[in-house]
Parts: sequence; C-alpha cells; structure tokens
Amino acid sequence: MLTIKNLQVKLEDEDKQILKGVDLTVEAGKVHAIMGPNGSGKSTLSYVLSGKDGYEVTGGEATLDGEDLLDMEAEERAAAGLFLAFQYPVEIPGVGNMTFLRTALNAQRKARGEEEMSAADFLKFVREKAKTLKIDAEMLKRPVNVGFSGGEKKRNEILQMAVLQPRMCILDETDSGLDVDAMKLVSEGVNALRDEGRGFLVITHYQRLLDHIKPDVVHIMANGRIVKTGGPELALEVEQNGYADILEENA
Amino acid sequence: MAVARNVLKQQKQDLTQARLDALGPVTDQGWSAAARGAALDRLVQMGLPHARDEYWKFTRPEGLTQATPAKAAVFETDEALIFDQVDRLKVVFVDGVFSAEDSDDLTEAGLKIDRLAEDSDIHWAQGLYGTLEANGQDPVARPLAALNTAFATDGVLIHVTESAKRPISLIYRHTDDSSDAILHHVVKLDAGTSLTVLENGPAAARFNKVMEIDIADGAAFHHVRAQGRDHERQAATHIFARLGTESVFKSFTLTANGRLTRNECVIELTGDDAVAHVAGACMGDGDFHHDDTVFITHDAENCESRQVFKKVLRNGATGVFQGKILVKEGAQKTDGYQISQSLLLDGDSQFLVKPELEIYADDVACSHGSTSGAIDEDGLFYLKSRGVPADQATDLLTIAFIAEAVQEIEDEDLAQEILNRVEGWLERRRG
Repeated sequence: MLTIKNLQVKLEDEDKQILKGVDLTVEAGKVHAIMGPNGSGKSTLSYVLSGKDGYEVTGGEATLDGEDLLDMEAEERAAAGLFLAFQYPVEIPGVGNMTFLRTALNAQRKARGEEEMSAADFLKFVREKAKTLKIDAEMLKRPVNVGFSGGEKKRNEILQMAVLQPRMCILDETDSGLDVDAMKLVSEGVNALRDEGRGFLVITHYQRLLDHIKPDVVHIMANGRIVKTGGPELALEVEQNGYADILEENA
Repeated sequence: MAVARNVLKQQKQDLTQARLDALGPVTDQGWSAAARGAALDRLVQMGLPHARDEYWKFTRPEGLTQATPAKAAVFETDEALIFDQVDRLKVVFVDGVFSAEDSDDLTEAGLKIDRLAEDSDIHWAQGLYGTLEANGQDPVARPLAALNTAFATDGVLIHVTESAKRPISLIYRHTDDSSDAILHHVVKLDAGTSLTVLENGPAAARFNKVMEIDIADGAAFHHVRAQGRDHERQAATHIFARLGTESVFKSFTLTANGRLTRNECVIELTGDDAVAHVAGACMGDGDFHHDDTVFITHDAENCESRQVFKKVLRNGATGVFQGKILVKEGAQKTDGYQISQSLLLDGDSQFLVKPELEIYADDVACSHGSTSGAIDEDGLFYLKSRGVPADQATDLLTIAFIAEAVQEIEDEDLAQEILNRVEGWLERRRG
C-alpha cells in the first residue's frame, strides 16, 4: 500500500539533511510502528508524506498504491486516502468542528468524483462516530480544537479519521499528552478502524501505546534511516534496554 | 508656525467655499431650516477636512470634499440582492432620490415614518434633526456631517412608539455614474421599544449620509448594513447615537469594495447600564481604502461598549481604524473593549491603526488590542491535510477571521445574509 524507497529529505531553508534514505513498505491490513530517539526523523517522515511545506525531497520516492505521493498537493494526498493524525493538532478559531468535518469530507468526495453527503445524512453519520469516542454535541459545535484538552484534541483526530475513512493512516505520537484512560479510548478508536483494506503507520516513543494498538511490524529509526526491523518483540526490547544497544549494533 | 496655520486655514476656507458654491444656497426646508442654518455656520467655522487634520492623516479626504464627485461606474451583477429573503419594509433611494414606486407603503404599526423632503412647518423631529450631530462635533470635528445636516435632500424620520414587527430596510441604488447624494435619517425610539434598520447598496458615485439615533430608556436599536459592491464609489457616513438607561445599540457593517469609505460612529452612553456594540468587517482589493473612525463616550455608570473591527485586505488595499473610548468622570464600572485586526492576504496591503483610551474614572475595565497578520500557515496545512483544497481552505480561514465581528449580529438569518455576501466576494476574487 505505502511504499517508500530510499527517501532523502532536507530542510528547505537550511542545509540540513533529515532523512538519509528511508525504505519502508506498509501492506494493507497491517500495522507498522516506527520507534526511535528524538531527532531521528520520525515526525519529518510523517510531514513529508502528508505534504507539509518547508521540506525538500532530494532523492527517492513514496507511493500510495502505485501513485506518486510526492508529486501531489496535500489535499490531493488526502483525497487519495492518506491521513495524518497530528502530534500537535492545530486550533482553528472561528471554524466549527462540524463545518470543518463536513467541508473536508465533501471536498474529498468531490475530488474523487463522488456525490457530496447531505447535511442530514452527515449529522447522523458523525454523531454515531462521535459517540464511540465519547465526543459530545458540545465538542462538535466548538471551533476546531480551540480550548480542547490534550485528550480531546487526540480524540478529535481519531474522529476525523473515522469520518474520512482513509486507506492509509499515519499516527504521529498520538500517545503524547494522554493519560491512561484517554490512551485506551484513542486506541479503541484506532482498533475499530483496523481493516484488511487499511494500513497504519504508528509513530511513537514508547512501547505503552503498542500494548493497546498491537503492531505487526516494528521499525527502529535513527539518524534519518530505518536501522532495524522486527516483530512486536522489538518494541519490548527498546522498552527494557533503550535505544543504545540497537544504535551501537548499527553504528 | 503662525504663517503655516494661516495657510492651512486659507486652504480649508477655499476648499469649503468651492464645495458650497457647487452646492448652492441652503434651501428653506420648513421645520428644519434653523437646524440647517446652524449646521452651515458650523461647517464654515470648521472648514472641510484636510489631510493635515489629526483624524484625516490616514485617509485622504479630497474625494469626499472636492466640488464634484469623481465618476463611479455602476457594478453589474446577477447575484441576488442582500436581505432579499428578509420580511422587511423597503424604502428605496435611487442615486439619493426617493423612489415611491420601488418602496413599500410607509405606514407601519407602531411606527411613524416620514420623509425629510416632505415639507411642513412643524415636525416631531424638530429639535432632534442636527442635534446629535452638533453634539458629536466636540471634541473631534466632523465637518462632512455638518455639511450633510445643512444640505441633505432627503432621508427618513422614524419615530418608534411600539416595537417594530419587521426591519426597516433602506436600499440605496446607484444608476448614474456621477451622482452625488446627501441623505439624513433620524430615528427616535421611545422607552422600551425596539427597531432593526437594514441598509444596503452603493447609493451614488459619492454618498454622504448621516443617521441620528435617539434611544430612550430600555429601548433597543439594531443596525445591519452592507455597503454595496461598486468598485469606484466613494462614501462618508456618520452615525450619531445617544443611549438612555438600560438601552441597547448594536451596529454591524460589511464593506466589500468601494474606492473610498469613511464610516464614523459617534456614541454617547448617557444612562446607566446601557450597552453599545459597533462592529465591522471589510473586504478590500486593489485601490480600496476603508476607514472606520469610532468615538464612544461613557457618561454613565455600569455601561458596556464593544468595538470589533476586522479587515481583509489584498492587492494593495488600505484599511484604517481610529477608535476611541472616552470614560468621563463618574462613569464608574465602565466595561470598554476594543479590537481591530487585519488579515493581509499579500505583502502589498496596509493597515493603519490609532486606538485611544481616555479615562477619568477610577473603577473601570477597558482594554484594546490590534493585530495584523497573514493566513495562519499551520491552519492552512491542517485543512489541506484533511482534503480541503488550498483556495477553499483560505476562504474558510478568512471567514473565520471575520467571525468575531459577524457574531455581533444578533439575528442569525441576517448574519447568514452577511456571510453569503462574503462568500460571494471571495468566490469572485478567484473567478
């Protein structure tokens, strides 16, 4: 589904290489996790894949079901089925959450040549999704993420994922800022979306999120590259010994 | 210095004389004759505005003061007119001339509506006409308003004795590319009554309008205005309002296009526990110059005032905001708020701001703030990452930017009319 080959990326404004040849393939129906120390390039990978400005691809490629992602605008990538759950969801004062969700869904449908969803159908659809994430009507009415707690923001990200139903989901440190209960709620939301047609790339510092969202494959990223790939046991190894051993092996 | 001042004084006198010559003599208008005469005296005393005047430093007044107006092409559009879906009593002026044919019957339950141009010797508006305007000349001169009182050719005089069932809608059509219109309205609300006044349309190539509003105890006045889409029109408008105890004044203005617009709003809170909100949003493109000049005087206890102004500017457009809160001695527990913000859609546009607070009471809460900024890149990326195309995302953020001002409109349907108009403007810009 998601295929990344030898991806090299530098900052646009600085002569600083962040990704130095990333190779990664996420198959449909699988959950891949990326772990790694601070500054290893995990978040950059998620931003470059979703089309954020400020980065320059200096080599390699990234495709979603064979389509060249790097050649598309951010909104085209979304319509093609890519979704990034932000580490720091953005507050948008003045735009109601419902308006935001409906505008996004209908824009994607339009881009794919599908019919837009009516206001009544949409309301019903969102309410149902929101209920399982314990998002009340009040939160749906409020401006996007404004005044939301850390947990509410992350739940709102998962709600967007549930509404937009992307094929490929990237979760960037979705566990950061969450207490145990909120992490459980968010994980349940993600697990409910697990499907044989959908791929996940879960970026995290810690093993504990992976207790809830069980990965099929775990990658360790360091210094702009994937340095080790293994099964779920690799995450446990990191939890016990830290990154030092793995980094040494690959030095 | 003395020589320079004399030169300036001479320039203003010459300017004023040229304008007066073009206008001709003040015609005898029955009951309003005395007020008109006094206004003419005020005007001659003050002289028309000059670029050297303190409150005209950001806005060049020439277009508003020159003897004859610059030509302004009429904007052609198929778009539905604003407020079309609203149940209202229509009063239509075409290039400043009342059109009986296009207007509704001016008989309305609870209201007495007359036209200024209808001649008679006595009238309830005698004693009000020009009075609030005259009061509003101190401490800041507003010569264009005095000119208006002296030379207004028409306008409506609305006396509200019982709360109005539907809004009065003043519609200003523009058909002549060199029309020069001067209209003066007076609204008097009796205690405990309420009225909504809507205004829309470009009015004329050049438009000078004054509205004086006297709001008695416990009365509520709501005002929603859209100033028309003609690109080349020029306008100077003044609102003078006096508020009694526990009364309410709420005004919102949308300005999209127009080469030069100066909207002044002068409010005096004279009774305790009164509320005055003035808000505006403008959408400016190219050689667009828009000036909001607001002066709110707190002269009673426990009153609240809000000024909320948002300007969206692109392509070299200029926005001006001069807003003042004056809290007089004894006006304790005043709650005054003022915010003016611009969204600069490119690097060519500018926003010029002069916020002022002057406070002579010791137990008040007053705040003001002003910002200028571009579209929030993080917000834009967030929207795009959810599939919203860049243009649509920019529009959504632009509408979000003006939302705080639009929210000052209490009636949701009227607010929606304004938002539809804003969306139309944004769409045309992409065209």
